[in-house]
Amino acid sequence: MADIVLDGVSRVFGHGDKRFVALDKVSYTVADNEFVAVVGPSGCGKTTCMRMAAGLEFPTSGTCKVGGKIVDRPGPDRAVVFQQFALFPWKTVQQNIDFGLRSLNVPRSEAGDRIAASIKLMGLEGYEAAYPHQLSGGMQQRVAIARAYVLNPQVLLMDEPFGALDAQTRTVMQEELLRVGRINPRTVMFITHAVEEAVYLADRVIVMTRRPGRIKETIDVKPVRLAEKWDNYERIEDVMDLESFVHLRTRIWRLLREQHDPADH
Amino acid sequence: MGPALPTRQLVLLSAVGLAIFFGIWTGAAWLELAPRRFLPMPWDVIDRAFKLTETRFSGQTLQGHLVISVERYLRGFILAVLVGVPLGLLMGWYRWLDYIVTPVFDALRFVAPIAWVPFAALWFGTGIGGPTMIIFAGAFPPCLINAYRGARYVETRYIEAAQTLGASGLRVVREVLLPASLPSIIAGLRISAGAGWQSLIGAELIAANAGVGLMMVRGQAALDTSIVMVGMIAVGLIGLLIDVALRGAETWIKAKQGH
Repeated sequence: MADIVLDGVSRVFGHGDKRFVALDKVSYTVADNEFVAVVGPSGCGKTTCMRMAAGLEFPTSGTCKVGGKIVDRPGPDRAVVFQQFALFPWKTVQQNIDFGLRSLNVPRSEAGDRIAASIKLMGLEGYEAAYPHQLSGGMQQRVAIARAYVLNPQVLLMDEPFGALDAQTRTVMQEELLRVGRINPRTVMFITHAVEEAVYLADRVIVMTRRPGRIKETIDVKPVRLAEKWDNYERIEDVMDLESFVHLRTRIWRLLREQHDPADH
Repeated sequence: MGPALPTRQLVLLSAVGLAIFFGIWTGAAWLELAPRRFLPMPWDVIDRAFKLTETRFSGQTLQGHLVISVERYLRGFILAVLVGVPLGLLMGWYRWLDYIVTPVFDALRFVAPIAWVPFAALWFGTGIGGPTMIIFAGAFPPCLINAYRGARYVETRYIEAAQTLGASGLRVVREVLLPASLPSIIAGLRISAGAGWQSLIGAELIAANAGVGLMMVRGQAALDTSIVMVGMIAVGLIGLLIDVALRGAETWIKAKQGH
């Protein structure tokens, strides 16, 4: 059982006049093996939520629990995929994927098998000895995902993982993530500002507002996906053409537009 | 800087620079701007260098003195690297260590290495120990400072990635801070190598039982300036060799990391 529970989480920066509330009493749960996408404008605190689950940041008040335990540090049970990949440039693909396995003291023979399996899963065969700078952005992100998946983590935290990719690569990666998720379902918190991506990938979409960061609404995608049999479609563009998809997408778009503050521009 | 030039032109320009240098030297000696015995001709110095490789002066041939100096140098320099780089990296990660070391280090690093000569000679003698300590005093600060700065400026995302992958503090230091700081560390080694070499020769001028510095002081005492100049040239050439080697290492590491 590995759920993520944010309970009345606030995050405040600075004091007095410079006091800035990044998150204001945010509560939500990502259930075991559920894929939740969090969308919202820049500065709504969606990344902060993920970083709290990762143990890289901590709430000013409220609690963040993963698997029933208050998060007090980062750890390989909660694998993180960063927007800028954060692969170690001085390590090969193989060594990057191996990094977390060595923290877990996995026996070497088993580690070899697991690395090989995750390399196969992400379609990275033949690139084991390559350094990250020799790979394209899409390939680098595959390595970053393989590095997370190889740990067999209960929880996957992804911070706009496809934000730095070009449109075509992003589409391929989204399909891949869905494919891999079906083989190997995990509790996923997926941060993005791309509405289509959120609807396509997630069981549930949480829409956030900014200043202060709060939850605006939660949209259930899974019932629609199952009822309308989205999984029968191989390609993302076919799903995006479906009326049910368009309907959800537009609804989320409206929610985001409503909070658009003209004073910002 | 302006555009890069082709290698052939660069070699030619370097040769021109050297030619001008020797031209001025020869001219000054020929005009006897200083008495000939104080400002010898270049070929007299070269001739003396060859003689020094055959006959002993102050107990050693030229190469004998050089081997002694280089050996001392390597001892002190390697010690400085082995202590300075790990300590700097650990200080960049463990805040408490930073607070313990920095006040002492900041106070001591402004003491010129040469100022340690009396103590070095008294504590460790003029053979191996004393000169090693002087080189260490010269070479240690740049090693530590550059490793420390390198570690402090490592991009947060690499550190966070390592932490979320379960790495311990020591593993972060060894597998993230060290490789990420290598360019900064190598730049520090280049400064450190120069500082150590200069300190050594300085120390040997004051207190040593052998070495290039001693050879130069004895040459001066004998009013034989060509010996002093042989020493200067040898010191300069070895310093250059050290720097070229480290620059090669720098290029190799940068290429490997894809910079």
